[in-house]
Amino acid sequence: MIKDELLRSMNEAIVAGDKAAAVALAADAVRSGADLLEVIEKGFVTGLQKVGELWEQGDYFLPELISSAEAMKVAMAVLEPELNRKKIEARTGGKVVIGTVEGDIHDIGKNLVASMLQAGGFEVFDLGADVKLERFVEKAEAVGARIICLSALLTTTMTNQKRLIGLLRDRGLRDKYKVLVGGAPASRKWADEIGADGYAENAVAAVKLVRTIAGRD
Amino acid sequence: MIETKRPKLELLGGEFVERIVDEGLTLLETQGVMIENAEALRLLGDAGAVVDRASQRARLGRKLVEGCLASTPSTITLYDRSGEKAFAVGGDEVHFDPGSAAVTLLDHDTQEERKATTADLVDFYKLVETLEHIHFQSTGLISSDVPAEVSDCYRLYLGLCLSSKPFVTGTFRVEGFRPMKDFLVAVRGGERELRLKPLAIFDACPSPPLKWSNLTAQSLLDAARAGIPSELISMGLTGATSPVTIAGTLVQHVAENLCGLAICQVASQGAPVIFGGSPSSFDMRKGTTPMGAIETIMIDSAYAQIGKFLKLPTHAYMGLSDAKVNDPQAGFETAMGAVLGALSGINVISGPGMLDFESSQSLEKLVIDDGICAMVYRLLAGIAQRDDPIALDVFEGFTPDMTFLSHPHTRQWYRKEHILAGLVDRDPYEAWVAAGRTSIVDKAHADVRRRLGKYDAPPLADPVRKEIDKIMAAYARSSGVGRLPVWEL
Repeated sequence: MIKDELLRSMNEAIVAGDKAAAVALAADAVRSGADLLEVIEKGFVTGLQKVGELWEQGDYFLPELISSAEAMKVAMAVLEPELNRKKIEARTGGKVVIGTVEGDIHDIGKNLVASMLQAGGFEVFDLGADVKLERFVEKAEAVGARIICLSALLTTTMTNQKRLIGLLRDRGLRDKYKVLVGGAPASRKWADEIGADGYAENAVAAVKLVRTIAGRD
Repeated sequence: MIETKRPKLELLGGEFVERIVDEGLTLLETQGVMIENAEALRLLGDAGAVVDRASQRARLGRKLVEGCLASTPSTITLYDRSGEKAFAVGGDEVHFDPGSAAVTLLDHDTQEERKATTADLVDFYKLVETLEHIHFQSTGLISSDVPAEVSDCYRLYLGLCLSSKPFVTGTFRVEGFRPMKDFLVAVRGGERELRLKPLAIFDACPSPPLKWSNLTAQSLLDAARAGIPSELISMGLTGATSPVTIAGTLVQHVAENLCGLAICQVASQGAPVIFGGSPSSFDMRKGTTPMGAIETIMIDSAYAQIGKFLKLPTHAYMGLSDAKVNDPQAGFETAMGAVLGALSGINVISGPGMLDFESSQSLEKLVIDDGICAMVYRLLAGIAQRDDPIALDVFEGFTPDMTFLSHPHTRQWYRKEHILAGLVDRDPYEAWVAAGRTSIVDKAHADVRRRLGKYDAPPLADPVRKEIDKIMAAYARSSGVGRLPVWEL
């Protein structure tokens, strides 16, 4: 049983986006032989949930969101090797391939979604920006991811989201993957129009969506 | 007569300007800039920059940059299509052009944005041709009915057929430069003639932070060699792709633009360059780039002030709005930007007509914004003494029941002193009701139709027209494009 105050400190480190504190607390937890899954679920993850609430309330904005996601990432980076050593599965969310479609170099939003997904317990394969459509399929096949997230910021590149779905269909792979779309020109209507499995307007909504979709599997 | 004061806005004190420039130069020296163009890197290296070819990074020393600044002209003269009308781009001369490269048009009837077509672009050019207070055209819309391979040069071709005003434009592909330059050379009658009388400005944007892409660096090289002015459009987004503080973004702006200027100068010493931009305050909630934000406007005014300190012509994206329709937000964001931009003495102000984060154009807004520009020019003209004595003669033989309406002084001065209302509503309430309670947007719509009806194509010599038709057709063919849209003069 981990002390409540320790769990609270972990929560606060995430809420404050304090990377140094998050790392220190994670290292302490490993050193003291604490139950790492409890550390994650009752300590750090609760901080992330609080961050989500603060965003919804309009108290937290993008800088806070990304700092908190980064703090979570560094805490997990300390905990993961230990979990692997003990053969405990930490990333229970599932595997996600994400990237900005080819022809488009915009990645701020995509990076935020990737960070938040990673912070939220998903194993994220971020292919970067200007990603050739075949690469999304190749990567998903190679790592066994079930969810592909596509970002596009330009009205001229968003058609690549439609093309990727077409590509999957052509290869008889459409039903194997859930394709989620995002980016400024995208919308629920657009997602429906191109036959995508979902759309999210911002990073917090994206994590919720991925959780829901992954949960259905 | 007492000299008329030109109203002016300066947000930065002298020391602050120097400090920002100093840090910008230090940034160029220490961190350098990524340049994804081998030739630009080579030329900078030959000129003394420290170049790491593997990482495509160039560090520019102060001496190199200062030398480049010294050889850049502080004013550019742009000419209209006929070559007869000249526009000074420098000092505190202010010229507006419509915000460029929009992909949609706000349809007045549906109040929805729709993809722009060639027919829309034709109307756009015709309308802007008639707008008195918008001195330059821009290739403001991208035709969705033209393949991407030719869309950059097609919009310039169309514009040159329809309008006599100078153009603000740019390339979407490296290959686009050649035909676009060929159009301009054909209109002028020769490369030397084009160099002597520039007709178009080519915009080029570095990729924040601190990078010039292959496409944009190539545009700088090509334009410099052709004597075509390059407009450097640094576009940091505060806290996202540039430092979150306004001052911090200004430092990056200086570094990115001066690197671009250096590329132009090492390609062709003396090349005309405009210190411009399209930076923005980044919205930390929506992740969008509000061009109408007051902080955006402040960044623009400040970097232009720095551009003037560096003795360069200046440009900014101001006089536009992030609203999606012609509502109060569209009005106040545009007006604030236009006024503050003009008071800042910015030479080329890109914005009129534009909505929705630089992605949409509205013909109605163009007309309304032309009215804003009219007010701006009146403001810039300041308060003149007009008469000596100012007013004492008018009061000669004063009696309490004297009126000014019939006074010769009034008749002499009223038209010079007060501009016409244009579309602005000045009716008494009942008259406004009786006239149908028309909003300015609806009035603008009627005005658009009236202007398009009255449009008369400025004459273009037959051989010139045939030449540019030929160039366009050849380029389309070589790009594998079948048919181009049919349209009418």
